Amino acid sequence: MSETIASDTFALTDISTQKEATAEAVRQSLKKRYSAERRFRFYGVMALVFAFLMLVVLFATIFSNGYSAFVQTMIRIDVKLDAETIDPKGTRDPAVLLRAGYGLLIKQSLRETFPEVRSRRDKKKLYGLVSQLGANDALSDLVLQNPVVIGKTVSIWVPASDDVDMLVKGHISRDVPEKERRVSNKEIAWIDTIKAQDRLKTQFNTNFFTAGDSREPEMAGVWGAAMGSLLTLAVTLLLSFPLGVSAAVYLEESAPKNRWTQIIEVNINNLAAVPSIVFGLLGLAVLLNFMGMPRSAPVVGGIVLALMTLPTVIIAGRAALTSVPPSIREAALGVGASRVQTIFHHVLPLAMPGILTGSIIGMARALGETAPLLMIGMVAFIADIPQGFTDPATVLPVQVYLWADSPERAFVEKTSAAIIVLLVFLVTMNALAVWLRQKFENRW
Amino acid sequence: MPLSIILGTLVILTLIGFYMGRSRAVASSSGDIRILHSLPGYYGYFVAIWCGVPALLVAAGWLAFEPQIVQGLLISSLPEDVQKLSDNRLKLVLNDIMNIAAGGIASKKPDPEILKAAEYYNSLKSTGSVALAGVMFALAVAGITYARSKINPDLRARNNVEKFIMVILIASSTIAILTTVGIVFSLLFESLRFFQKVAPVDFLFGLEWSPQTALRSDQVGSTGLFGAVPLFVGTLLISFIAMCVAAPVGLLSAIYMAEYAPYKVRAALKPMLEILAGIPTVVYGFFAALTVAPFFRDLGASGGIMISSESALAAGVVMGIMIIPFVSSIADDVITAVPQAMREGSLGLGATKSETIKRVILPAALPGIVGGLLLAVSRAIGETMIVVMAAGLAAKLSVNPLEAVTTVTVQIVTLLVGDQEFDSAKTLAAFALGLLLFCVTLVLNIIALTVVNKYREQYE
Repeated sequence: MSETIASDTFALTDISTQKEATAEAVRQSLKKRYSAERRFRFYGVMALVFAFLMLVVLFATIFSNGYSAFVQTMIRIDVKLDAETIDPKGTRDPAVLLRAGYGLLIKQSLRETFPEVRSRRDKKKLYGLVSQLGANDALSDLVLQNPVVIGKTVSIWVPASDDVDMLVKGHISRDVPEKERRVSNKEIAWIDTIKAQDRLKTQFNTNFFTAGDSREPEMAGVWGAAMGSLLTLAVTLLLSFPLGVSAAVYLEESAPKNRWTQIIEVNINNLAAVPSIVFGLLGLAVLLNFMGMPRSAPVVGGIVLALMTLPTVIIAGRAALTSVPPSIREAALGVGASRVQTIFHHVLPLAMPGILTGSIIGMARALGETAPLLMIGMVAFIADIPQGFTDPATVLPVQVYLWADSPERAFVEKTSAAIIVLLVFLVTMNALAVWLRQKFENRW
Repeated sequence: MPLSIILGTLVILTLIGFYMGRSRAVASSSGDIRILHSLPGYYGYFVAIWCGVPALLVAAGWLAFEPQIVQGLLISSLPEDVQKLSDNRLKLVLNDIMNIAAGGIASKKPDPEILKAAEYYNSLKSTGSVALAGVMFALAVAGITYARSKINPDLRARNNVEKFIMVILIASSTIAILTTVGIVFSLLFESLRFFQKVAPVDFLFGLEWSPQTALRSDQVGSTGLFGAVPLFVGTLLISFIAMCVAAPVGLLSAIYMAEYAPYKVRAALKPMLEILAGIPTVVYGFFAALTVAPFFRDLGASGGIMISSESALAAGVVMGIMIIPFVSSIADDVITAVPQAMREGSLGLGATKSETIKRVILPAALPGIVGGLLLAVSRAIGETMIVVMAAGLAAKLSVNPLEAVTTVTVQIVTLLVGDQEFDSAKTLAAFALGLLLFCVTLVLNIIALTVVNKYREQYE
């Protein structure tokens, strides 16, 4: 008997010691578990820091490369506007003045500034200091506006060539050995002379915002591409907004729940995840080859992007429509409005801010889209500013792609600047969307 | 007559129709509009629809078929010997005619016959547009007259207008279906033409890709090799690298934001990830080519490893950065959808937060997370600009991330950008690749969406 009691007490103490032991084990493991906890938390922070760091590096790269494109180096040259060269017959016909040989005059002026340059190769390098195209344009503008200057000597600021521009801005370092540098020591000496004569300045680069594309980096601008983007987006908006809103209204408000609407729904969700390049292939096969629409035209690009953004608009529209409480519908129906009146007089206006927000975000996506537009030929070199929906055009992101492919160092700067312009547009659109959401947000 | 003027006139006519219909309805009620079936405005809309819609339908039909009709008439007006030319030669002649008609330059000094044809073409076009304008205006006026004559107080104008609106709504909702059908058919049709030239087996299982088709038949490598396996391997390699970056970073940041971050931090971090998501892919491509690829190359050079400046590594890493916000936003949704009771149960038993996350929340959220990751993979496979700008063109069968590989999307772009005749195997190959891309992403999307939806239902 006493034995069993003894064994019972033994069992009791055993349990309590076991409890102690467990508690001890837990206590000992706590340190490990807490450090695991801290580690896990640290991983989360690190992941966010990584994402944030990448964002910062990305923006820093773009801005540090691109901000200098907003200024342009100019060189002042004294040009003798020789009447014999410009207008030998003295007709002052604008067509003659436009095509006159200003290049010769510019070269002559440069030779006179540096009379010591003799050899052919050096002369060629010397002529390369100023942008031939830009100087030509500047002179012909001057003469066309004011033909009386013919025969006189004028002092005029002309854009420097891209290499000079890069050197002045410090993108080409002087410390690099001459063989690896794009600008030779001689050219640097000339530039320094020009600078000492006060013939060199940097000014705000208006050309970048008003010109179309050009083979010469110093003359290339984004206006053509921006205009193309504008025309393309106009088509996209005109198509995808009404179609998307109508489809959303039908699916959310009046569609019966049957197999057909289910197919449409699945289809829309899938379409939203189809790679964008496939839409480009659709545009190429159907719009260009089958329907014979013009290549490189904003109207085709707009249609392709509209098909691409349509699912986004529909999904956003449906979300906005579901968030309108049923009581609104019931109240309208209760006072005798028809279903269509209920939708168009009450539900749709209340859902509009949400729909607009979704559409703007969809438009922003369309603005940044490149791949499908490559398929339909919007990737051509187009120097003219597009004027209509069927003119050949390119868009901002494609311009970025084209410039990024160009080998000149100056195009790196232009590409980054074009990206800055693109990002400014995108940020504006997204800010507008956020503002709309906050201003008109209804809390039911 | 320019189209804008025709359309502008039609709009004005429609407006006139609206006011005529409304005033007619008011007049027919002899001053007491309560006896009308619908509000007067609906009678206006009724007339406006009858005025505008038929004319617009005719215009759309004309615009769609005009080129074919005019071209047919033009060809039949050309001299016999020109008509007998082969299709391609005939196309050249037609091109010349149209260029001259548009006031441009022809490829050679034009014959008088071509000049005559160009004149005829211009006259056809102007006759066509005048005829179109005439027909449209006649239809518009007829529509107004007809609809106006139908107006009486008992006309159920509202119901008619609403029926029309419903038809438009239904039609717009089928556009999405039509797009899918269009994609499938255009890809399938061109791919079938491609598979007539290249056997599907060679395409799907061939190990060599060099899509050069020769100008002369006796040229070296004139056949062109269309084995797409190197492209698949390259695509998968880059997508794999991208997922290696995006999956852990995206998931961990989502977990941190959903479970740890205080409300204010979360409100500040979310927009940051949205910015990352809103950057155009071409910017990422530029970033990869300008910064990341040289960085890896120099890093390799300093460690004595040869890394290609168009390495799969650079393209993959940047693509991963692009996909981070995508993964994190889906994972965030999925994790916040896990019921609070499960968290509280686990914490109540004494588990730490990370143990709760690892042993309770993640297993519960797993289907949703897997679905999200599958969607991310499908985005990585279909992503174009980053790889076009940062990955290579050489189709090498290699899984070495330090070498240059090429992807399906890169090849589609290189095959189709630039001038090619449309029915060469080279161009058609792009459509076959496109079909493949479409099918693979479609299957991934369907699986992913079903999984995510099932998961949502589970906790609703």
